[in-house]
Amino acid sequence: MGMTIAEKIIARAAGVEEVKPGQIHTVELDYLMSNDGTTHLTIDMYNNKLKNPRIADKDKIVFIVDHNIPAENPKTAAVHKKMREFARENGIKFFEGKGVCHQIMFENFVEPGQLIFGADSHTCSYGALGAFGTGVGCTDFLYAMVTGKSWVMVPETLRFNLKGKLREGVYPRDLILTIIGDIGANGANYKVMEFAGEGAHNLSVNDRFVLCNLAVEAGAKTGIVEPDEKVEEFINEHGRKADNMYVSDEDAKFLKVYEYDLDKIEPVVARPDFVDDVIPLSQVGDVKIDEAFLGSCNNGRIDDLRVAAKILKGRKVNPDVRFLIAPASNNVYIQALDEGLIDIFMESGAMVMNANCSVCWGSCQGVIGENEVLISTGTRNFKGRAGHKTSKVYLGSAATVTASAIAGKICGPDEL
Amino acid sequence: MSRIFKFDNDVDTDQIIASQYLLLPNIDEMKSHAFESLDADFASGVKDGDIIVAGDNFGCGSSREQAPSVLKALGIKAVYAKSFARIFYRNSINIGLPVLVCEDLHDNVTAGDEADIDLTAGTVKACGKEFTCTKLPEYMQNILNAGGLIASLNKEEN
Repeated sequence: MGMTIAEKIIARAAGVEEVKPGQIHTVELDYLMSNDGTTHLTIDMYNNKLKNPRIADKDKIVFIVDHNIPAENPKTAAVHKKMREFARENGIKFFEGKGVCHQIMFENFVEPGQLIFGADSHTCSYGALGAFGTGVGCTDFLYAMVTGKSWVMVPETLRFNLKGKLREGVYPRDLILTIIGDIGANGANYKVMEFAGEGAHNLSVNDRFVLCNLAVEAGAKTGIVEPDEKVEEFINEHGRKADNMYVSDEDAKFLKVYEYDLDKIEPVVARPDFVDDVIPLSQVGDVKIDEAFLGSCNNGRIDDLRVAAKILKGRKVNPDVRFLIAPASNNVYIQALDEGLIDIFMESGAMVMNANCSVCWGSCQGVIGENEVLISTGTRNFKGRAGHKTSKVYLGSAATVTASAIAGKICGPDEL
Repeated sequence: MSRIFKFDNDVDTDQIIASQYLLLPNIDEMKSHAFESLDADFASGVKDGDIIVAGDNFGCGSSREQAPSVLKALGIKAVYAKSFARIFYRNSINIGLPVLVCEDLHDNVTAGDEADIDLTAGTVKACGKEFTCTKLPEYMQNILNAGGLIASLNKEEN
């Protein structure tokens, strides 16, 4: 019986020839990533709850401070200090203020065929490079840190066959929101979303990151795009290895197969308070905004910043709107500086933030007040996600967010 | 008897405990903010032994383990839902908070109702009816029985 990409990755990590959906396997993890959202609790458990505290392999562990950086109060500073000191004492890889955790993993560590646990739900992004990344809590993280292992139940796979190309002005963000709108917020619960077909191969690895990143918003355990020569090229350029480029077998079993024609996708937005409440941008009506955000692990890469700069050039941010832009990493930031994008942002009246989770995380920067409305490239639009419980968050592409920041209401660039 | 706190579909972990409280030093400092946006009286009203009954996809969104941890710290004895989002489900079992899939319970009870729960049998008696929950896979049940994943690990190292 043939296997899917996810099944092949789990079989490798479990050291067995074959796995089947529903089976539980003990697996060895390739990397473990944890950020400042939960690591202080993991360290407390490590110090206080374990009979035999130890670290199986420090070289596989990465701590990243990206959520509340720079610290906004003494309690956060204490959390960061605890992480920093633990990492130093134990020789753990440590990044602070260098970018959003998933972008750091993407730029530095992820390889095709790997199985990676991250104490963050958007760890599912690593499927952009043909890896299986999934989000866990701090207890799972701790167990894996101590033993080097964990258990997984082999998930069923939903296959998304993509064909064609996205039209100009339509972005991967529109595609994945459309899919989530179609299948619902638990449409892929416990399952893998596998993207394949020539439409998938037409997408850049950065574009694929956008698709896989939001898989968890449909409940998925992970999202994986069938890896190809674009992945190989990216991995080689970054000095890593692409030894396990798994693709699904011809006779692999998928729970369900979906077909999407990329040429037919149009710009969309997700309305508050659910990521699956997706409507065409053309039907959003007259929605005035108070704030716009471009950034996050979903849309803070150079492609997104280029889209924004092209629209902003020679224009001004609406005087009634705060427009915050946070590059996903310092590498992205430097590239944007080199390309003159940051000049365009500053001249337009936008605020350029340090590379961090920023507004998407709703706790550190750009928090919105009572009844305020935000249009965001962040990952979620849950009630109160970006601040006050009565505030509202709409999600859209970099182009939609930028155009809206100029217009002062939700719209696309063609309406400017 | 356990009192029922009732929630609808797609309750995300941001509602259970919002981002702005996650970097507080410990769960005890966070717990008074549980469900702050959805039910401001929840944290002060919940008593040891009470239960949550929810619709589909309970605990969707962020992987923050603080979500099941604050519920457990407030005394919630078990969470019953039509379905759970997977990370919340796994986190709950890992910390020793029983999470049970029960198809019919949500449609048949009202917030504030009393329920008689039997975690071993996987049954709930409420409103004069008995409801049966789906059994956990044995592997997960064993983790739960041990009191969670870390207790289970410590036991292995005896």
